[in-house]
Amino acid sequence: MIKLLVLIPACAGIVAFFVGSDRIRRGLLISAAVAHTVLSLATWVVAPEPAMGAWLAEDPLGRLIETLTSLLFLAVSLYAVAYLREERSQPHSDFEEGFIFSNAREASFTGCLLLFLAAMTLVAVSQQLALLWVAIEATTLASAPLIYFHRHHRSLEATWKYLLICSVGIALALLGIFFLAVAGTDPDGSSIGLMMQDLRLNAHHLNVPWFKAAFVLLLVGYGTKMGLAPFHVWLPDAHSEAPSVASALLSGALLNCAFLGILRAQEISVAAGLADFSGRLLLIFGLLSMAVAAVFISGQTDYKRMLAYSSVEHMGILAVGVGLGGAAVFGAVLHVINHSLTKAMLFLVAGNLLAVYRTKNTGGIAGALSVMPVSGALWLLGLFAITGSPPFGPFLSEFTILKAALDQGQTLVALVYLAILAVILAAMAAPALAMVQGMPSEHVVPARSRSAALNVVPAMLGIVVFVLGVYVPPVLTRALRQAAHLLG
Amino acid sequence: MSQLINSVLVLLVLTGFMLLGSSRLAACIRVVAFQGVLLGLLAILMQHGELTVTGVLLPLSTAVVKGLLLPWLLFRAMREAETVREIEPLIGYNLSIIAGSAALVIALWLGQRLRLPTEPPSSLLVPAALFTGLTAMIVIVSRRKALTQVLGYLALENSIYAFGTAIALRLPVLVELGILLDVFVGVFVMGIAIFHISREFEHIDTDKFAAPTNQPR
Repeated sequence: MIKLLVLIPACAGIVAFFVGSDRIRRGLLISAAVAHTVLSLATWVVAPEPAMGAWLAEDPLGRLIETLTSLLFLAVSLYAVAYLREERSQPHSDFEEGFIFSNAREASFTGCLLLFLAAMTLVAVSQQLALLWVAIEATTLASAPLIYFHRHHRSLEATWKYLLICSVGIALALLGIFFLAVAGTDPDGSSIGLMMQDLRLNAHHLNVPWFKAAFVLLLVGYGTKMGLAPFHVWLPDAHSEAPSVASALLSGALLNCAFLGILRAQEISVAAGLADFSGRLLLIFGLLSMAVAAVFISGQTDYKRMLAYSSVEHMGILAVGVGLGGAAVFGAVLHVINHSLTKAMLFLVAGNLLAVYRTKNTGGIAGALSVMPVSGALWLLGLFAITGSPPFGPFLSEFTILKAALDQGQTLVALVYLAILAVILAAMAAPALAMVQGMPSEHVVPARSRSAALNVVPAMLGIVVFVLGVYVPPVLTRALRQAAHLLG
Repeated sequence: MSQLINSVLVLLVLTGFMLLGSSRLAACIRVVAFQGVLLGLLAILMQHGELTVTGVLLPLSTAVVKGLLLPWLLFRAMREAETVREIEPLIGYNLSIIAGSAALVIALWLGQRLRLPTEPPSSLLVPAALFTGLTAMIVIVSRRKALTQVLGYLALENSIYAFGTAIALRLPVLVELGILLDVFVGVFVMGIAIFHISREFEHIDTDKFAAPTNQPR
């Protein structure tokens, strides 16, 4: 069953490269996404057998990330089909600089989307750390072509930065894994190996200095991919130049996978009794990411970049939550879900805005509520949700983390955290209101009946974000507890 | 045996200096290819006891991929990009060599301090791996051409592989192959990107990325 989870999207992805007919290929995308989601949900009912000598197995944390990725991919693929239908292959003119560009072949785009899903699933179910590394590097390679869908120099630059910075970062994570292997080797040559369950069980035998070095390398390596400051430099470019479908997946699903890599290291650290050391590092990088994001969100005139920096902020929040430990971990795991759903929705809505207004400039958009009521309303609500306003999901999880910080007596952390959140709320609310209110300029033509899926999919995500803010189902609470349990 | 290992390691250190000092792109590609072959050799020499089939085949495939396949891809990217065959570094060659010498001192010092749980067959192993990694970092940050940055990335991968060999890490075959595949596909995708960059910018200078914004197309 676990093997199928990886194989279905992988095979569908390879086939998609060679299918000539648009209709069949889009059908393939949807059916693979549906099959993957059904299978993922089934793992909650019937616990799947470990496969490949327990290399692939589902633990509570992996299952949570895997299911979230799968659901998000289903939503994005429904949107993508509608998007691709409108985005015909004839050349487009760039709305920033006016040159003509064309898109990449739709077949390669769809194929890479599916391979991307396969790689992310592999990340979530890997229990062997070196295999996890292979999978995370694979996500980089499968997603790079997605960023270069619009063939022009800005997206190319973004792709290049993404490829090189993430590959170099992840290479450091590989060195970290080797250090971990050294930490687990006894002078007589016997070794703990790199399986998660062995490492958790024998964590107190690890050589402490080598493990600390390993943790730092893993944090820097996977942190680059996750977008923690100061290693986040690739992220704003990649997320703003990629088509909105890809941005939604990059922000909503990929960052979680990189985070999972760090969480695995944290699990071992907690088991080894080194949570103080690793927690402090996570806390520092988390607060730094939030602060850097606040600086760049203030006065940001490109709304897709604004969303990208907001992802840096939220990755910082996740790191702070896990770094604090205790009840904050529960909040952090819940925040993984809330951030993913909200951010994916916002990127999809941003795609709608971009299609109608043809500008990424916040100042160039006015009256979104009257031109496109659904997208305008979703944009406004989504921005309030992502900045942590009640009654949406992110408020609940951010508040849980804040409360845990106060309960632990970490008043300084709590104050800094709260101050940064307030700055970001103010910096994002003003342009958001200006974009949806007022009168649109005359040249905006909302005409062209757009496919319903382009509105329905973000609306569905929005509803889930709202529901999670007022009611977390007991099944989910239990799953979150189990996932948070191993993280201290 | 340990003398042979030591000579391979000295050669590895020399490739690091050659990478920093050569001005020709083609020479740099050959240097990195040679590193790949050295690594395969090192992995075979490090096997204690009798040679197993996988124990020889894996290093051999590493040597073939890193020493032949990837350089071929890079040479192709270089030809298609019709780039100027000079490297155009941000810092000069002399300065690069000086930085390299500093890196060697750091690597030797660190290698002395890092205590491995099991004694490696040569005390040069860890310093050589660290030095290769440091030179790779210098190349990545100080060279402007996209292709040279890829070479830096490859050298970094090589250094990590060398470190893995130094600690006699027995990774399962599947994982070794997975890592090799990732590196291969990585360089392949980067090669394609370089091809597009050269078409878009008519040169592969990442510094010029921002330039076309001023010219209407």
